[in-house]
Formats: sequence, structure tokens, C-alpha cells
Amino acid sequence: MSKDEAVQVSDLLRPRHVGMPIKRTEDPRLLTGNGEYTSDRRPDRALHVAFRRSEHPHAKILRIDTEAAKAALGVVAVFTGADIADDYKPVIPFSRMPSYYATPIMALATGKVRYVGEAVVAIIADNRYLAEDALELIEIEYELLDAVNDPELAVAKDAPLVHELAQTNVLVAREFKKGDVKADLASAHIRVRDRFEMSRIAPLAIEPRSYSAEFENRRDSITLYTSSNIPGIVRDALSESLDLPGNRLRVVAPDVGGSFGSKGSLYPEEILLCVAARKLRRSLRWTADRLEDISSSSQAFAEIIEAEMGFDKDGIAIALEADVIGDVGAYSIYPWTCGLEPVQVVSFLPGPYKIQSYRGAVRAVATNKPPTGPYRGVGRPVSTFVAERLMDMGAKALGIDPLEIRRRNLVRPEEFPYRIASGIIWDKTGFVECLEAAAEAAGYESLLKQQRAARAEGRYFGIGLATYAELTGIGSRIAVAPGMPINTGSETAKIRVDSTGAVTAAFGVASHGQGLETTLAQIIADDLGAKFEDIRVIQGDSDAVPMSTGTYASRSAVLGGGAAKHASYILREKIKKVASHLLEASAEDIDVSGGFASVAGTDRKVTFKQIAKAVYSDMRTLPVEAREELEGSFTYDPINGTTAGATHLVAVEVDPVTCFVKILKYIVAEDCGRIINPMIVDGQVHGGVAQGIGAALYEEMVYNEEGQLVSASLVDYVIPSAVEIPDIEVLHIESESAVAGGFRGMGEGGTIGAPAAIANAISDALSPLGIDVSTLPMTPQRLFNLLENARTNVKGSQP
Amino acid sequence: MKMDIAVTVNGRKYQEIVEPRLLLSDFLRETLGLTGTHVGCEHGICGACTVLVNGDSVRSCLTLAVRANGAEITTVEGLGTPEALNELQHQFREKHGLQCGFCTPGMLITGMDLLKKYPLASDAEIREGLSGNLCRCTGYQNIVAAIRAVVDQQDGNAS
Repeated sequence: MSKDEAVQVSDLLRPRHVGMPIKRTEDPRLLTGNGEYTSDRRPDRALHVAFRRSEHPHAKILRIDTEAAKAALGVVAVFTGADIADDYKPVIPFSRMPSYYATPIMALATGKVRYVGEAVVAIIADNRYLAEDALELIEIEYELLDAVNDPELAVAKDAPLVHELAQTNVLVAREFKKGDVKADLASAHIRVRDRFEMSRIAPLAIEPRSYSAEFENRRDSITLYTSSNIPGIVRDALSESLDLPGNRLRVVAPDVGGSFGSKGSLYPEEILLCVAARKLRRSLRWTADRLEDISSSSQAFAEIIEAEMGFDKDGIAIALEADVIGDVGAYSIYPWTCGLEPVQVVSFLPGPYKIQSYRGAVRAVATNKPPTGPYRGVGRPVSTFVAERLMDMGAKALGIDPLEIRRRNLVRPEEFPYRIASGIIWDKTGFVECLEAAAEAAGYESLLKQQRAARAEGRYFGIGLATYAELTGIGSRIAVAPGMPINTGSETAKIRVDSTGAVTAAFGVASHGQGLETTLAQIIADDLGAKFEDIRVIQGDSDAVPMSTGTYASRSAVLGGGAAKHASYILREKIKKVASHLLEASAEDIDVSGGFASVAGTDRKVTFKQIAKAVYSDMRTLPVEAREELEGSFTYDPINGTTAGATHLVAVEVDPVTCFVKILKYIVAEDCGRIINPMIVDGQVHGGVAQGIGAALYEEMVYNEEGQLVSASLVDYVIPSAVEIPDIEVLHIESESAVAGGFRGMGEGGTIGAPAAIANAISDALSPLGIDVSTLPMTPQRLFNLLENARTNVKGSQP
Repeated sequence: MKMDIAVTVNGRKYQEIVEPRLLLSDFLRETLGLTGTHVGCEHGICGACTVLVNGDSVRSCLTLAVRANGAEITTVEGLGTPEALNELQHQFREKHGLQCGFCTPGMLITGMDLLKKYPLASDAEIREGLSGNLCRCTGYQNIVAAIRAVVDQQDGNAS
């Protein structure tokens, strides 16, 4: 029996917090303005940083004159890349991927600038207004270079190079292969293919990126408060870069206002603030304005996928082939590398389907745009869009219903664990159960009836399905990003009862809206037997545990939760031992629950406070050898991780006059294993779907031919408001996973399914016109063009 | 040149000397230390910085502090306390109308304004009223539910 199973059996005996919609511990402070986000920090006499950023996509820096800026009112220091070159080592986003070129990350651009918005000079002044005033006094002379905008042109032999040392703009190329795809496609009954594209988009957290590097003179140390979801990774990278040991460099993510991926990498500004704080021996603050945030935080998608799927006559998908070009921007990011998003597109393209032969090739191509990086769902929003479109195109060509064709191709309950053609292994998950549940809840047959009625009236009513699977809670055997050398496979929980009887649980995971202070406490309340209200969860602090990475890749419920369960179990055994002395009973007869240890079947009990007093303060009740510190610490590694899956079903109506898409019904049936807090799970699904709706219909980072960002405000970059988002119905298929607690990760799934489901629904709505959606977002402008083309074609074909 | 201003914020009187260019959002956060008002875009779109000025919701990032001279301002700190949430705050917690909490102060202030001024008979009306406040976490569904719950309660009390 593995340790995980041992923990699960015992917790069946306990009253349950896990599974209950417990109101969040975080809320009272966040609802009253008592939260503390990084920009709310007020270190003593802090100075403010402002960045002069590149207005050119690609240029050589010939000369920088900072004299006038240095002389300006309130300015304390001005730094260029050259000024601080000896103060840190560039950070290298290393990977073992063959053919990969790791672009070094510098605090400030050095030698040349590679995208509009790249930081070139830092000004440090008494306040932000004065720092920004001085920006205008900096003179930079550039030699303009040809910009690389189009990733398909960037791979040409004579294309200008973003990084000369790489000798190519292809920063990584990979291929996954299984079976003889060419032969299988040739022998297929039917083949469907298209060129798909998802535009460059922004994760767009409402809190802009923000850092506060707080210098402590007495200890000669820095605490970086950062709006990051990977404080542990940031700490380790900065420690290496600045040659500052962990006992003089602490990184804390306090309340963080969302990330969605944009706060999940190390940023040049984090390096700069720490370098400058050490140089000046002063505390420094910086918060991005919206223009800075949108033009310098990591972006996503920007992929073109040529894909083909072959089916036999029964609608079984037998072969799949895809060539992907990812426009990854100017730099590879740390620690995930520029391979993260595009490589995962080909890793996950076969999805939850039993396609036997597969070839997926990908090239990550450097361009003069900001780096791409993690984005909720990583790779899978795009791979799901492509695979689900092909599945629907196949269904249409064969005259099979989209629901039925998925039934025929999904991995079935008896077939798990299942290794898909790209090599990913799915553990037992309710793929088919989710599909059937969504169809039933939607009243699929009645939707089809509604569609027939709408079509009879000349209205464009469409139904869209998307099924997908994701790998969550990934353990040490699989790298979260391909070839990445850092360990993302474990997390530590340290739970202690102190001399006052209070329970403090420390983690390195870093909530940025997920409510981990609540859900982790729910687990501990059950498994330790503490009172929920008495548990204080510390998270997002590199000083809390010796090593951590953070919260990303749908891992914190599985890894943090698993660590919480095991650490609780260790501490509970210690509490039982002490209680057995105090209550003069055998430790096996002691039950721990609700903050008490009691002798089972009696009313004899002691509180955690009494137990703490006996161990730490009262030197008469326990023998010396029984005064063991009340702490349980455990580092949990789920080894492989676990699968999560879902089906999204959406009904839309397309208005051919305004070209707007109205969402009439949205259903998600998902399997995230045992649910810790159903209220929070529903909230995560709602938000994920809303973000996916944005990606499907509205959001697009537009760079013009000169490489300038022309959608740099929230007027031009449109994220959905309350008016655009429908009510979403969420169904749960709660099949327990094999990891501790039976949990699966679920924070990202909503964003994975929505673009595909909506693309299928729009295609279905417009199928009378022969329109297939192959590009997202399907903005009113794109829809207008498709409708115009269709009308012209229809007219053209008339005699 | 600096200017004298007198404002009342959450019932407390302040007199400060400020630059004419100082934004009301920066005045509240930096000068008075009321960091509950959040700044998300500084161009009036996201709504996170919304405060009540003389009873009307206003973008504090688009307002100069000197324009608020003589005004009564309510920020999120003026609504309730962690121990005693006001009814809207309470319903946001009950309905899980917040996740990261960054847009929440603006949502609450806008919600207070809507509840005072409009009947909010339908959810569509609530959604319309919230359309100037962006949230990336919740998908809005539970925010609408929280405001709906307060409306229903007020209607129940009125009848």
C-alpha cells in the first residue's frame, strides 16, 4: 500500500470539511480594503522606479545620454544596461531540448532593443511623478533595424535575425511521431484539413505587475514583494543572478490580483529593482501602468497550425498530422522557455482521443514582439481548438452527429491508463461521463429541434461541443515545460502547533485568487483534526519553507493539498502521543477532531492549547523524551500527476447584421476528482470560461507592419464585461484520482474548452452558408468578412 | 504651485497641500494611505478605482484631487469592517463574488451606487450597470448573484 492510500483510508473516519462550500477566509480582508497587494506596501522612505522603454521594435542602441535626467528634481539615480552590467549575471532560461537557443534575460536592454516596450533605462526618484518627469530628459540614439513581424517570413534564410548569436530565428524545433501517418492518411476513408490560427493575446490580470524591493540595512538583506505566482522560482533565480544567498533574499507574493500566466515568469524589472536596491541601499517600488503591463508582460498563443485528420468510414479518427509555427516574440522566458506554449500544442493535440498515428511538428520563431509565456491552459486552448474543429469537420463530412463521433473516439472508462499518440498518459478520468452529462443537461435533442426551427426562420443558431483532457498536479517525473532543469514536481507543507496552541500551516504555493488559504485549511481541518477557524495558512513566502516554486499548471490542490494531508498526518500522530500521556490512554485510542484530542468513546479530552502547554511550557506533566516539538513537515511529489477532463457545450446565435455572436446556453461538465470546495470550483470554471469567451470572440493583440502595438489600451484590447458573459451551468463528475486526497487540478480548464466550443458553435450556426471557423478571435470584423465572402460566392455561383 | 484642499473621506475630514496634477486615486492611496482603492488601468476603463464622490460613482484615476476639494468621498474602507461587513460585502462573500479581490473595491462601490439609484429588476439591468467594471476572475456570474441577493432582500423589506 502506498503512503497516499494510507492517508485516504484514515480520513474516511473524520467529519468533513473537504467537499463543503465553506466561505473563504480571504474574503473579509479583501472586501474591506484590508488586503495587501504589492503596490500597497509602504517601506520606509521608498524611492520609485520608472522605465524608459523602447519605442522601436528592433534597433541598435548607439548612445544613451542620461545627464539631464540625473540633474532633474528628485532624481536619485539613473541606470542603463551598461551601468549595472557587473552587478548581476544574466538569467538563462535553460532547457535540455535539442536545437534550443536560450536567449539571456537582462535587467535592461543591452546592445539592441528587440520589441516596443522593452525597458532600456531605469530612473529612480523620490516619487513616481518625478521619476516619470525625468524620463523625457533621457536621450537615446538608435540605429533602426528591419523588424521581424511575421513568423512565417522570419524562418526564411535571408530574414533579419532577432538574435545574431542564435544564427536563426527558430529558437526551438521539435517533432512528435507515432505510426506511419502518411500511409494512414492516404488510406483514410475521408480526410479533413485546414489552416488554423489563434491570435496573439494578453492574459491581462486586472492588477498590473508590481514590485517592491525592500532593503533592510541592519541585515544587509532584500525582501522582494512581488505580484508573482512563482515567488519560489523568482527567489532562486535572483539569488543566483545577484549572488545573494537565500538567507539575505526573501521573496513574498502577498495578495496578488490575478495572473492567468502573466505573473508566472521571472521579469527583467524584478532583477532591476533588486540590483538597484542593493546598489543604493534603499527600498524601491515600481508598479506598471496599463500600457507598460500590456506591452511588456508575457503574451500568449500567436500560433498558426496546418492540420489534417483522417477518419475511417465509421467515424473513427485514425491519423492526425500538424505543423505548428509559434510566434514566441523576442526572448525566451524563465524558467519555462519559449517552447512552453507551442511545444505543448503538439504534445496535447491528440487530446482525449484514441488516434493511432500522429505526427506533430513545431517551430518556435523569434519575432520583434514581447515574449510569449504561460497562459491559462498552456498550449491546450489552441490544441483543443484545432482537434475539436477537425473532429466536427470529420463528423460533417461523414454525416455523423458531433456528439456521436466523440462517443466513438474518446478513451473509454475500461481503457485507462491510456497513452495517447503524442506520449501523454491519461489516468482514469470521466471523459465519456462528462460528454454524456453535458449532453443530457443541455437537452441535446431539444437543442437540435430548436436549431431546426431557427433555420426554418432563416436564423443562424449553432451548437458547439468541445471535449478535452489536461495533465494537472504534475510530479517530478514530468517537466512542466519541456527539458526544463528545475524541479516543479514537489511542494512542502510545514504545519505546527505553537506554545499558544495556534495552528500555522506554511506552504510555498502562491494563491492569486484561487482561495488556497481556505481550501488548504479545509484539508488540514479534516486530516489534522484542528478547528477550521483556528488554522492560519501562510503561503507565497520563500521564507516559509526551504524550497518551493509556486502556483501554476493546475498544481496547488494536488501538490499543496497532498503535502497538507501528509504533514497533518505526521503532526496528528505527535498530538496523539502527547494526549495519550495526558489522558492516560493508549495512543491508538485517541481521536483528534475539532481542536481536541479525546479518548474514543469517552468524554475525556484535552484541547490543542493544553497539549501545547504540556509540551512547551509546563515542565511537570510530560517526561522529557515526550516533549517533542509539535510540527509536521512533508514534501509531497505525485510523481506523474493526474488527468482532468471536461466537455463544454454551447449554443449560440449569430446576428448576420451586427455580426455579433450571442451565447444562449453554456454548460460545462467536468471531472476534477474529489472536490475540496464546490463553491470555489464553480467560480474557477466560470472565470475560465469567461476568459475563453474573450479569446474566442474579442481579444487580440494587434501589431502593425512597423511592429507597433496598436491595441495597447483596454479600449482597443477588449476583455469581456458582465454584458458579454452568460450564466454558466457547471456539472461535476467527481471521480477520485490516484493521488493523495483523490484531487485533480482544475483552475485552467475553463479557458481550454471555451474557444473550441464557441468556434464549433459558430461554424455550426453558419454551416448553411458553408462557413468554417478557422481563426480566432471571431470578432465582428472577421465574421463580417466571412459572411461577405460567403454571400459573394453564393451570388457568383448563380447562373 | 501647490494647492490646499479639504475633503471628507469616509466621514473623516482631511486638509492637505497637493500638486494640481495629483490624481484622486494617488491622493487616496499615497497621501491618505487608503490603499483599498485599486488602480488597474489609469485610463478609466477597468473601474477598479471607482469611489463615491458626493454620492456618485467616479473614476478616481480620471479625477484630479483638487477637483474633489470640498467633496464627501466614500471608499471601500467606508463600507464595512472585516468583523462587520455591510450587506453587499456580506453577499459578495456568500455568493463567492470575488476571487483575487483586485477589482472588488470598484465592484462594491459601483454596486452601492446601482443599488441606490436603480430598481435592478432584471439581471440584465445589473449586468448593464456593471459593464464599466472589469473582472478577470469570476466571469461576473456570482457578482450579479450577490447584487441580486441584496436587491431581493431590499424588496422583501419594502413589501
